[in-house]
Amino acid sequence: MQITLKLFATFRNGRFKAAEEEFPVGTDCRTIVLGLKLTEEEIGIVLVNGRHGTLDSILQDGDTLSLFPLVGGG
Amino acid sequence: MSELLAFISHQLKDGLLPWSVQVAAAVRFKSTPAAIEGLALGNGILPARYQRNRNMISVAEQQQLFQSRIAVIGCGGLGGYIIEELARLGVGEIIAIDPDIFEEHNLNRQLLAAPCSLGRAKVEAAQARVNEINPAVMITPIKEAFCTANSRVLLEGVTVAVDALDSISYRLELAAACTEIQIPMVHGAIAGWYGHVATQLPGDRTVQEIYRNWVAGKGIEKDLGNPAFTPAVIASLQVAEVCKIVLGKGELLRQRKVSIDLLAMEFHEILFNAPAEVIYLQGCDLEPVRAAG
Repeated sequence: MQITLKLFATFRNGRFKAAEEEFPVGTDCRTIVLGLKLTEEEIGIVLVNGRHGTLDSILQDGDTLSLFPLVGGG
Repeated sequence: MSELLAFISHQLKDGLLPWSVQVAAAVRFKSTPAAIEGLALGNGILPARYQRNRNMISVAEQQQLFQSRIAVIGCGGLGGYIIEELARLGVGEIIAIDPDIFEEHNLNRQLLAAPCSLGRAKVEAAQARVNEINPAVMITPIKEAFCTANSRVLLEGVTVAVDALDSISYRLELAAACTEIQIPMVHGAIAGWYGHVATQLPGDRTVQEIYRNWVAGKGIEKDLGNPAFTPAVIASLQVAEVCKIVLGKGELLRQRKVSIDLLAMEFHEILFNAPAEVIYLQGCDLEPVRAAG
């Protein structure tokens, strides 16, 4: 299935802003996050087609996954 | 008309109360600049220091600001700028909460940090700064770490709580406390070139939603640190939100978060009422992500 990935802030470093990639049917967000060499601890906002999701969310063909890093400094 | 009101009324310049008269009245009538300011605003008299506010903030609104009590939780990168701006804006009372002292690594960004203040409590520096720039503002320094256990005492009578903390777990405690005692909270967070702001009104769960994927520890600020300009940007947006909450005007960042990327100079809006969506506000070459519904 085809998934559009959108990365924000530091997640773009050495990667991309947006890309379309193929994944097996039933892939969840965590698999994609780990495949991008990101860690769970770094993840702030997960959006699937613009809706808030979690790393456990299962993706469907044509979905867009947007990832923002965790920001908590003051 | 009281003798005090007559004293200040007779010495207005262009209809404004000069600071020198505010101080003279406080001395002569054994009062304080704050009390004189309250009396003036209550009688439709604007202290001259606020004259450039006048066309966006009316005298009645300036009085609303004067009657507000704003808690700033954290007096570091964000908190320093927030306190500075609240004091200049003319809020009546600031509760400044932070357990820390200034260290050398604060000097690159924290407004209240200076070589001479190393080792000094951040809340003490905040008090000195507010007393210097606007002595009519009452500031209560509290050298304690905010947590659930002391939240009720620290936030008592507070109009708005401003989140300038640097720990996600304490931010969540603050959000829960604000929900429990039914006060608005203005949340801001920074990391390197990046930051975000959101306003949570009682009943909302925006801050909890922002950190719904949080596992443990700090965010990317742990590796990135923070530069001089990011806290100033985010803090200023937070103070604008506080001002609008107190005055009950404008559109709040409610149930939405603005995420700012100062490196790419992109501003993204993420909505927290279902269905969420990202709106690319400016300077982004990506197609907008729209909600599926």
